[in-house]
Amino acid sequence: MKEIVVISGKGGTGKTSITAALSYLGGKDVVVADCDVDAADMHLLMQPDFSNKEKFYSGYLATVDKDKCTNCDKCIEVCRFDAISYVDGKININELNCEGCGYCAEICPEKAITLETRYVGDWYISKIKTGGTMVHARLGIGAENSGKLVAKIKNEAKTIASSEHKEIILIDGSPGIGCPVVSSLSGANYAIMVTEPTVSGVHDLKRVHQLVKKFSIPSGCIINKADLNDLITKQIKEYLELENINLIAELPYDETFTEAMVNGKTIVEYNHSSLKCKMVESWEKIK
Amino acid sequence: MKIAIASGKGGTGKTTLSTNLAGYLSKQYEVVLVDLDVEEPNSGLFMNGPLILSEDKYKMIPEWVGKCSMCGLCQQVCKFNAIVCLEDEIMVFPELCHSCYACSELCPESALPMFPQKMGELKHFRDNHLSFVESRLDIGQEQAVPLIAQTHKYIDEHFNAGFVRIMDAPPGTSCPVIEAVKKVDFVILVTEPTPFGLHDLKLAVETMKALNKKFGVVINRFGIGNDDVISYCKEEGIDILAKIPNDRRIAELYSRGELIYDKFPEFTEQLERIKKYIFTLN
Repeated sequence: MKEIVVISGKGGTGKTSITAALSYLGGKDVVVADCDVDAADMHLLMQPDFSNKEKFYSGYLATVDKDKCTNCDKCIEVCRFDAISYVDGKININELNCEGCGYCAEICPEKAITLETRYVGDWYISKIKTGGTMVHARLGIGAENSGKLVAKIKNEAKTIASSEHKEIILIDGSPGIGCPVVSSLSGANYAIMVTEPTVSGVHDLKRVHQLVKKFSIPSGCIINKADLNDLITKQIKEYLELENINLIAELPYDETFTEAMVNGKTIVEYNHSSLKCKMVESWEKIK
Repeated sequence: MKIAIASGKGGTGKTTLSTNLAGYLSKQYEVVLVDLDVEEPNSGLFMNGPLILSEDKYKMIPEWVGKCSMCGLCQQVCKFNAIVCLEDEIMVFPELCHSCYACSELCPESALPMFPQKMGELKHFRDNHLSFVESRLDIGQEQAVPLIAQTHKYIDEHFNAGFVRIMDAPPGTSCPVIEAVKKVDFVILVTEPTPFGLHDLKLAVETMKALNKKFGVVINRFGIGNDDVISYCKEEGIDILAKIPNDRRIAELYSRGELIYDKFPEFTEQLERIKKYIFTLN
């Protein structure tokens, strides 16, 4: 089984549109995992049926029993997250600030504070329009544990792939270099980095690649909007060569990506010219 | 005034708007631009001016002193699985630690004192009336929130209310975004008129409502996609502050790390609209 993760460092480089196109080309042979749980968009192109929904609980939230509380303020003193304060003369816990560390519950002399498991979002196993399977999620607002939800989705995708004898898991990762990205990279066999020839694109490519290197997995790069800035595209290619990163494809600046998206389609369903050819070639190189 | 520039979806133009708005306003006001996208800070690529301060930022992590009765309380109280109590050793996993101090302060033998561990760097630049502060998370550090919180603190200590303070927030709707916008007066949500843009805008709007934040929308790359973002804002009664035209020349200037407002009157016009809007808020 091969686990391929698509990441980008910078947002908006076309990561999801490209992952969706590759998923479409992979068809029934791939299990798709949308691990960009913060801003999960792939469902807009893959039309999942949301057939199997589960709630995801992770971490804790402190709650206070106002009848037991004597306003001794010990909890306020120990909370490092400014989550506890007085509202209308009563101790109140701000849900968005609470990290669920449980220190307040530990030291409360009246045992007025308890920890509850936190509901952070929903995840789904769906059939998508290719006939393949997609695991995806919707994270609640301001949720803490996106790294854990990413791990959950990946593990589900793996279980499905092994029980249905699928060879490839294709993962849409999130932007950045923080916990959800680390979580999507762990255990992967290959990383595709999508970038664009802008000063930000290069900067973020280098940072995310430093992270990929820590996982010692091979990586390839797709340069999207490659003709936007020839000079920077050249610099990116030099960097790829220096770092031994496979150049998978150079895609042109093309608003057809947006047109396809407006029509709920992947670029390979919508465009039958050069873009489609390039995506097909890319998929042949990767799979 | 403190304004955050945020978006659900990445790559919608947060940095373009932040840097250009900051540059434009600094012709008239004292401005500080703060890059809170600490995982991938990009605003600095568009900023000039000499570095006036650089400091390492630390988070506090417990360290086992190497001797204790192995009572196991530390492992028991840690809700992040950052402490494992073995037969004759306490192991701490710094990347999982949230610096809550529970293990350290509850240890009956004070065997887990807290020590600073470097998580990133803060840099402060100044170019006439435009100051720029960025924080950058070290690669391998997973938690952006503590660094964002410390950057807010730095801004509060160094820039009084006389400054227009513009915060370039990270993308998404999870904890780093909440931390970035928590203490601001107004949030500008940047979106693009596409299905992805609209979907993620809705998530961002829900987040701002949950936080009781005042917010408005700026549509970037206006002209591509469809009108669904506009209809949504109308239905929800959300103000659209500006519409930045979709133009390949803007993308090209951006690609080179150049500011746009002084070269593109259509763009400047939109910044002026935003300026008028935010200065009539108070």
